[in-house]
Amino acid sequence: MLFDSTLSLKHNVQIMKARNFRYIRPDSLQHAYRILEENGGDAVPIAGGQSLLAGLNMRLSAPKLLVDIGGLKELAGQSQRDGTIRLGALTRHGELLQSDLVRKQLPLLAQAAAHIGHVAIRNRGTLGGSLAYADPAAELPACSVALRATLVLGSAAGEREVKAEDFFKGLFETDLRPGELIVAVKFPAPQANTTAGFAELARRRGDFALVGLAAMVSARRDRIEGARLVYFGCVDRAKVAASVSVAVSGLAMPVLDTAAFEREIRQDLTPDDTPGLRAETKLHMATVLTRRVLNSLVMQAAS
Amino acid sequence: MNTNTRSSTGIGARVPRLELQRLLSGRGRYIDDIKLPRMLHVCFVRSPHPHARIVSINVEPAKQARGVEAVLTAADINPRCEPFVGVALHRPGHRSAPQLLLASERAVWQGQPVVAVIADSLAEAEDAAELVAIEWAPLPVVGDQMQAIAPGTPAIHPELDDNVAFDFSLERGEPAKAFAEADYVIEEEFRFERQMAMTLETRGLIADFNPGDGSLTVIHAHQSPFQMQDVFSRHLKIPEHKVRVIAPDIGGGFGMKLNLYVDEMAAVVASMVLGRPVKFCVDRLESFVSDAQARDHRIKARIAFMKSGEIVAMEMDDIAAVGAYGMPMRFNVAEGMMAITITGAPYSFENYKARTRSIYVNKNLIGMYRGVGMPLACIATELLTDLAADKLGIDTVEFKRRTYRPKSSLPCITPGGQRLETVSFHECLEKLVELIDYDALRKEQRKLREKDVFRGLGIATFCEQTAYGPPYYGPSGAPISTQDGCNLRLEPSGSVRCVTSLTDQGQGTLTGIAQIVADTIGVSIEQVGVIGGDSSISPYGGGAWASRGMAIGGEAALRAGTMLKHNILALAGTITQTPPEALDIIDGQVVNTRTGQPVISLADVGRIGYFRQDTLPPDHDVQLSVSASFVGNDKMYYMANGVQASYVEVDCETGFIKVLGQWAVDDCGRVINPLLVDGQVRGGIVQGIGAVLYEECIYSDDANLLNGTMADYLVPMADEMPDIVVAHVETPEASTKLGAKGIGEAGLIGAMGSVWVAVNDALKPFGARVRHQPFTPERVLDALARARSGRR
Repeated sequence: MLFDSTLSLKHNVQIMKARNFRYIRPDSLQHAYRILEENGGDAVPIAGGQSLLAGLNMRLSAPKLLVDIGGLKELAGQSQRDGTIRLGALTRHGELLQSDLVRKQLPLLAQAAAHIGHVAIRNRGTLGGSLAYADPAAELPACSVALRATLVLGSAAGEREVKAEDFFKGLFETDLRPGELIVAVKFPAPQANTTAGFAELARRRGDFALVGLAAMVSARRDRIEGARLVYFGCVDRAKVAASVSVAVSGLAMPVLDTAAFEREIRQDLTPDDTPGLRAETKLHMATVLTRRVLNSLVMQAAS
Repeated sequence: MNTNTRSSTGIGARVPRLELQRLLSGRGRYIDDIKLPRMLHVCFVRSPHPHARIVSINVEPAKQARGVEAVLTAADINPRCEPFVGVALHRPGHRSAPQLLLASERAVWQGQPVVAVIADSLAEAEDAAELVAIEWAPLPVVGDQMQAIAPGTPAIHPELDDNVAFDFSLERGEPAKAFAEADYVIEEEFRFERQMAMTLETRGLIADFNPGDGSLTVIHAHQSPFQMQDVFSRHLKIPEHKVRVIAPDIGGGFGMKLNLYVDEMAAVVASMVLGRPVKFCVDRLESFVSDAQARDHRIKARIAFMKSGEIVAMEMDDIAAVGAYGMPMRFNVAEGMMAITITGAPYSFENYKARTRSIYVNKNLIGMYRGVGMPLACIATELLTDLAADKLGIDTVEFKRRTYRPKSSLPCITPGGQRLETVSFHECLEKLVELIDYDALRKEQRKLREKDVFRGLGIATFCEQTAYGPPYYGPSGAPISTQDGCNLRLEPSGSVRCVTSLTDQGQGTLTGIAQIVADTIGVSIEQVGVIGGDSSISPYGGGAWASRGMAIGGEAALRAGTMLKHNILALAGTITQTPPEALDIIDGQVVNTRTGQPVISLADVGRIGYFRQDTLPPDHDVQLSVSASFVGNDKMYYMANGVQASYVEVDCETGFIKVLGQWAVDDCGRVINPLLVDGQVRGGIVQGIGAVLYEECIYSDDANLLNGTMADYLVPMADEMPDIVVAHVETPEASTKLGAKGIGEAGLIGAMGSVWVAVNDALKPFGARVRHQPFTPERVLDALARARSGRR
């Protein structure tokens, strides 16, 4: 299906806020790869469109061609094999909340999904879209790093795999190459003694977080043995806070004092001032959030 | 009023808005739904700079773009419109530079319109607008009011010498002596950041100038069609009887759609230039840089009181940044004047000193917005009195009981100059205390503090000036009418058609008018059809502002209804050969008041009155159309009042605030429709909570707007709102038959006050105070940090 948005203007059917673009809905993944390759930088894939369309309507970007990958079966579906859970790139945020597989094996994703926008956004927004967009304040990039996910990237040239930790390069910047799509995300099934913890501070329900934390923590009795803490909304990308993760290991729970990791938070996170929020305040919030997430794991364990 | 036949749809009945089904089923007609034949669309190229000189403008590529009909600049547009000078003549010393429609030599705020691009479709106009090339030379920016008044800061408008628009002081009694001799003085500084009205439907109009007869019809999302009829006629030199302004369905106004906008005027001029209808709809991003904004005040306030609990003096010093020009017709002095004149109004004290200054900065204009300066007065008063009660070790409710102006002192003029007549502070307070179970909440608050849960309870008393009368706008020089009017006509089938000068932006005004008309005549509301907002068909009137619909327009409807009923009964008396005094109208039937028996139906009265005049005596004078207008002649305003309470929890580690409960006891005089009145209170409360906790136009120091999207400018959302309980005390306005006062702004004023007090109440264990609105997490954390380091 090919649709020229300029046609609609002549017939005065529709008034668009975006600049004119062409729209195509490929019927297979190979077809999509071919279109992307042929059109180079002029083409942009669209899945849920929850960030892209707002940007187009604000005329922040003006691609000449939108390639709608939302109907491609090759990008959908969830499966589990050999200790790996594979989620298709088109997995909607709402599905993360409802999927038994996700809730049982990857509860971090289900916890995080509840914080993404509102129901209408969760029904359309996709896992692959969120990762490809790489908003530093988004939930799913941080979760994928915390869960040691691997992204399956495809193009006309074939498929390759990249660790989530290496995929995010900076502010809205990823390892995706021209003509490449996220096909699926592979998550190793977490080990039995690890627990997922998630929290964020957002002004209103559904807003992007001022500061957020996705955590995978292993504990024995009341002592933290190991942790993988990934903060979002803090720096230019979802990033493992390596020193903090080490510093909290060995702490007795509940954690009452934050002195054991305050210095490390400053070491790992170097946020910028943003309108209405200084870096210093963000660091303070990250510290409070860390203690709260760790202690919530005690509560989880107790229940 | 038909007191003996109170119907289920008359005055006091909970009638849902008459237009609900139409609007909720998508059958509304807002500006953007309306299309006229041969209609064009305009969009504006705006200044990206807060202050810059225009070096050159190249419109040629835009003119060549597809679908473009015209590209107009200041040279094309400005000479056709008399400039606006937003100065209030009743405020000596108030000044403004003249405001032209499009920027010609320089722009003085970010968003000021420069070029109008007119095309067959909005999309084509927007595409072409991107092709307009303007070369700018940025100039030094006056970013805020403190910089604006600092020595050495250049004047934005050199002809004014400095940036002061208005500087007003008042003094009553002997404030200096009272402050010097008081046992205690508490002083606070307040900051209120800029905010937006953020209507669901943005601004818009369709201007339709007809070169065939020189007439201008403007379909306008505006609260006051008569104001705009006057403006279009006066400034565009069109005879007034050839100007018609129609307000269709409107999605929210809040005062923002009361102002006068140069881009709207330029769109009308474009229609005159091109001789074709031109539609202008502001998009959401554009609204951030072109809608009138509100607040932006820095206030120092003081209270002096004695060990006995007596307040002896108050003081207010307000400095407001009002943008780059005076707002035409509605001025930019209102927020400051209201803030300083209403401060302290509910309380007994005699010595007062106040000053307000309106200061020009390189920002968008400040205009009317719900509450105007009244919330600022409420906040300053209630925070200071709450702190005074604490200092004295008196419970805040007990302090209010002792220091409110006693009923026996009414009527009185407060030190700020407010006339109080039928206010009910004590009754509202006692009702609120019972409603919230005050003692239990305080007990819970104390208990939770032991567990490091910090809750605050805030109570705020407020006065609301409603329904401004001729003594205010008359001397201002602005041709704004404070009257409203109502035409009524008995239709031949016995139903009633009503045309009011009021407008409805979603508050249900027209439903209230229908109730008054139905009640007064003696029919059910289903028998009444109401039309509002058309300057060509109703009696002259003000429209929607200053919470005046029911108080003024409702009184006009009541008087028209009384006249029509009188005429109907006269005709019915002639037909049935009964003295009219022996007749009444109940449920659409003329009845004999003695027997209660139906005598004749309104349908038969109408049929005979219009079609069978041959059966009437030759000298009978049948007047089944009547018109009435009403203006509250001698009154500056009808003063409404109320008390609200907020219960909040502050997360003192993160600075986040949650409002747990909100209660309002309001006295707006007679309640015409409790359902809609409560809706006004609830909507106002949500907007008030939004103002205190969320809404802020964040500007850089050099006046660049940093958060001009709905993702970054936070409006209050349902998830964050508490349950809201609304109750009423009814003290009717004494000077009207209807007895209604206004209700539009009460919810917002009281909620802003009570949330301010509640949050600061929660912070008391730390000795911290937050005084910078909105209360962002960072500002709360900063307040706590200041307290920890021994500063306040």
